[in-house]
Order: sequence, then C-alpha cells, then structure tokens
Amino acid sequence: MRNPFTVKRRLIIFGTLALILIVCSIFSSYLTPCDPYLQDLSNAKAMPSWAHPFGTDRYGRDMLSRVIIGSRTSIFSTLFLVSIITMIGSILGIIAGWCSGWIDTVLMRISDMFLAFPGLVFALAIAGVLGGGLHNAIFALAAISWPKYARIARSQTLAQKEMLYLRAARLSGSSTAKIIGKHIVPNIMGPILVTSMLDIGTMMMELAGLSFLGLGAKPPMAEWGSMMSDTRSLLTIVPWVTLAPGFAIFVSVMIFNLLGDTIRDYADPKNRRGGV
Amino acid sequence: MEQTKKVLEVRNLTKVFGNKQAVKFTAVDHIHFSLYQGECLGLIGESGSGKSTTVSMITRLLDATEGQILMNGNDITHLKGRKLREVYKEIQMVFQMPTESFDPRCTLGDGIVESLRNQGLSKKDAREEGIKLLKRCGLSEEYFDRYPHEVSGGQCQRAAIARALAIHPKILIFDEATSALDVTIQKEIIDLLRELKQSNQELSILFICHDIALVQQICDRVLVMYQGSIVEEGMVDEVIRNPKAAYTMRLMESVL
Repeated sequence: MRNPFTVKRRLIIFGTLALILIVCSIFSSYLTPCDPYLQDLSNAKAMPSWAHPFGTDRYGRDMLSRVIIGSRTSIFSTLFLVSIITMIGSILGIIAGWCSGWIDTVLMRISDMFLAFPGLVFALAIAGVLGGGLHNAIFALAAISWPKYARIARSQTLAQKEMLYLRAARLSGSSTAKIIGKHIVPNIMGPILVTSMLDIGTMMMELAGLSFLGLGAKPPMAEWGSMMSDTRSLLTIVPWVTLAPGFAIFVSVMIFNLLGDTIRDYADPKNRRGGV
Repeated sequence: MEQTKKVLEVRNLTKVFGNKQAVKFTAVDHIHFSLYQGECLGLIGESGSGKSTTVSMITRLLDATEGQILMNGNDITHLKGRKLREVYKEIQMVFQMPTESFDPRCTLGDGIVESLRNQGLSKKDAREEGIKLLKRCGLSEEYFDRYPHEVSGGQCQRAAIARALAIHPKILIFDEATSALDVTIQKEIIDLLRELKQSNQELSILFICHDIALVQQICDRVLVMYQGSIVEEGMVDEVIRNPKAAYTMRLMESVL
C-alpha cells in the first residue's frame, strides 16, 4: 500500500499554502476589494452579499477587506515574534551549552524562572504593566517563549561539544567563534527550526488571544484577535463578523501547524531515503 | 637517535579526574617521555590505561592537572587562544573513529582544507592543495566533494590522514587510528604510514595502539602504559624479546 500523502508531497502542499498566505499578507493592501477602514453607517451590520462577502461590521466596514488587511498584522507579527524568540533563545542556549560553568547555571536558572510561570498569564502581566499595544504584546510573548529554544539549543550544543569532529576542528586551528558558526550552528539548527515552525501556529493563537483580551492590537487597527473581540457582542445578531476573523485564524493556524508537523517528519532521518 | 632533537617532551604529566577526594581518579600518573625528530614512537597499553588521556593532554584538548608539555623546548602546557592555535601548525592528530572525526554537514574536502583556510589560503588554492593531499593518501579527486557518510571507514581514515598532513606538521599523532578498521584496510593504512615516514624523514610520529604486532611493524621505540603509568620503555624488538615489567610479560603472553 502506497500512501498518497508522502512526506514530500505534504511538504509541497502545505509549503505552498503557507507561501500563499504570506504572499497574500504582503500584498494585502492591493487585494482588499474595499477600504478596510472606511465607515458606512447606513450599511452597518449588513448580511453577506456579493458586495460584502463576509458582511459588514457595526460601523459598516467591509469584513472581507478587514480580514485580508488583518492578515498582515497577524501573520507578520507572528513571524517576527517567532524569529526573534528562535534567535535569542538559540544564541543564549548555545552560550550556555558552550561555556558551561557559572554562565550556564545563571542562564538556565533565569530560563527556569520564566518557565515556572504559566505562559499566557505571565504575558498578561507583562502586557498589563507595559500597557496594551501590539509591540508590548509581542514583547510579552517573546519574554515567556525564549526559554524553550534556549533549552533545545543548550542540549544540542552539549551533545555536539563531545563530538570527535569538534576536536578535529580545534586541531585545524579554528577559533571558537568559527567552530560555533561553522560546525555547531549548522548541526543543531534542524530541531530548532522544526520547533519554531511548530510554534508559529501557537504564537498566532496567543497573539490573537492577547489582542482579544484588549492587550494586543488596538482598534481601529485590523487584527484578527481584536476584530473578534470587537464584535463578540454582536455574535447572536450578526455572527459572520465574529466568524470571519475566527475562520481566518483557524485556517492559518491549521496551515502553519500542518507545515510544522510535515517539516518535523521530513527532518526525521527515518523518513528520508538516500543521501542528502 | 640519541643525538637527534627532542621535538616533544612530556614531564611529570598527570591527569586527575573529579575534584572531590572521594571520587578522584588518576588517569595519567606522573609520566615522562620524549619524542625525537624523525622517530616513530609507539604507545601501547590496554583500554583504560590512560593512552588517550595522554594524547588529549599533549594536543591540549584536555588540560593537564600537573606537569609540563614541551614542544621544541617551549612550554605549551598552558597556552591559550591564538598562541595555542600556533601549536596546531606543528602537531596534528588522526583519530580512532574516522567517520565521526568529520563534520557530517561538511564535505571531506572542507575538513581537509580547514586548517589551510584558517591560514588564509584562498578557496581555490586550498582546493588544489586538498586534492594533492587526497592523491598523496591514495584517494582520487572526487572524494573532495563527498560527505563522510558516503565513503567507507578506510577511505575516511585516508582523508583524515590527508587532513592531518595538510598543514605540514612536525608531529603526527595516531590515536588508535587503525583499530576501527578491518584487517586488510588496516594494512593499507599502515603501508601509507610507512610511505609517509620514508618520504618525510623529519616527521615524528606518536603511534597509540593496543596491538603489539602493529607497533612492531612500524615503530622504532615503544612505551608500555599500564594503569596510568609508563611501566616499560625501550626499542621495540628489545621490549618484545625481553619484557621486564609484569604487565608487558602478560601482554606478550596474550599475543603469543
């Protein structure tokens, strides 16, 4: 029995879908059929129609345009957040793993501290202290999410440190910086990248969650989480205005999660045949 | 031999693992020996006798607890950073596990020319030099772009020897370099080593091994290590014919 959904095929499918999402969000300002911020009170809370496929919200703004323009905020802040935590976490993890001794102890105890708090609650507290706004929400989530990457990078670095080829690299007269850059980083990147791909979906949800609670993007900025929060009182009257951004979150989180899963499977050597 | 230059001298070298009194373990216990220019010195002993710890300290991959390592009369025991990297122009090592001694994500060629690239050689020149080295070690040009997992252990060990020779070291250490290979490949590597010795009279070789027969084939002098100490030292034939230490006698008996 041949599985029609081989890892490679899944990778192509989900990779393309994710790419479409990202490209759409880059060009979102050209894709919106109406102005997403234009209010038209005479046409508020309209039913979905050909002119407004997702209907309009309480100010008469076109929901489809707002969902499309919101993708930029939601997807880009998520990608930015994930790349920041991946980089900071990995750098600290590599430092901890490489130096060991007291530097390792200090860095790891700090990361333990951040891990000890329940994530979203801690993010809420940070966002609460710093005040609302998308930047603060990103900062809050970054503050609680980097330890995971530091842990992975540290354990991977520790494993690589014992490898024979690092001794060989040392004997060839390479400096520590070169050994880390040329030998350690390429060899530990795999698991870190997979984790960050899997994290995109989670981070998107958490960012939308913070926005939903009013601690992320501020109105009138279109962001999926805050859009849902804005319109939740209208759920029983005009459900589409809440469901449209919710559906957008659902679809993009799903795509990025499936992509992450696929990349994890792909990176697993057991699923690979032949050489590199 | 007596009149030739000492390229490497080890004085009182000691390594103690563990820092609490209760768990202290002395892997290498105050050893002395010298390596002369152009000779091949065998270091023999059972596993756990401290051979690998000794070479790790000589190559400064492990810090010595006590004692001195002198290279051409200069103390290298506590060198760091740039100065330590200078040492690696003179001393090179071939490891026991050929495949593991190459970065799985780099080609054999990258590994071979890494030292040359660190010397500031351009990519093109380094490649030419690397291919020359491969040919000298009996591998064709195509191996330059192969990955470690794409070649056999013997081929990989040839590449590792090419890597060690790249920088024209004065001292070459073979740390059980043949024990992971099967007998026929072992012979090929030994032949290559002999050839190297003949073509470069100045090269001093420290050959770590647990196989007395191999040591007899290529070494001039031999040190016998047992439980962290050197129990016997002398010309190979002398030691084999007339072992003095109890451990060496047992070793000979087990071979015969």
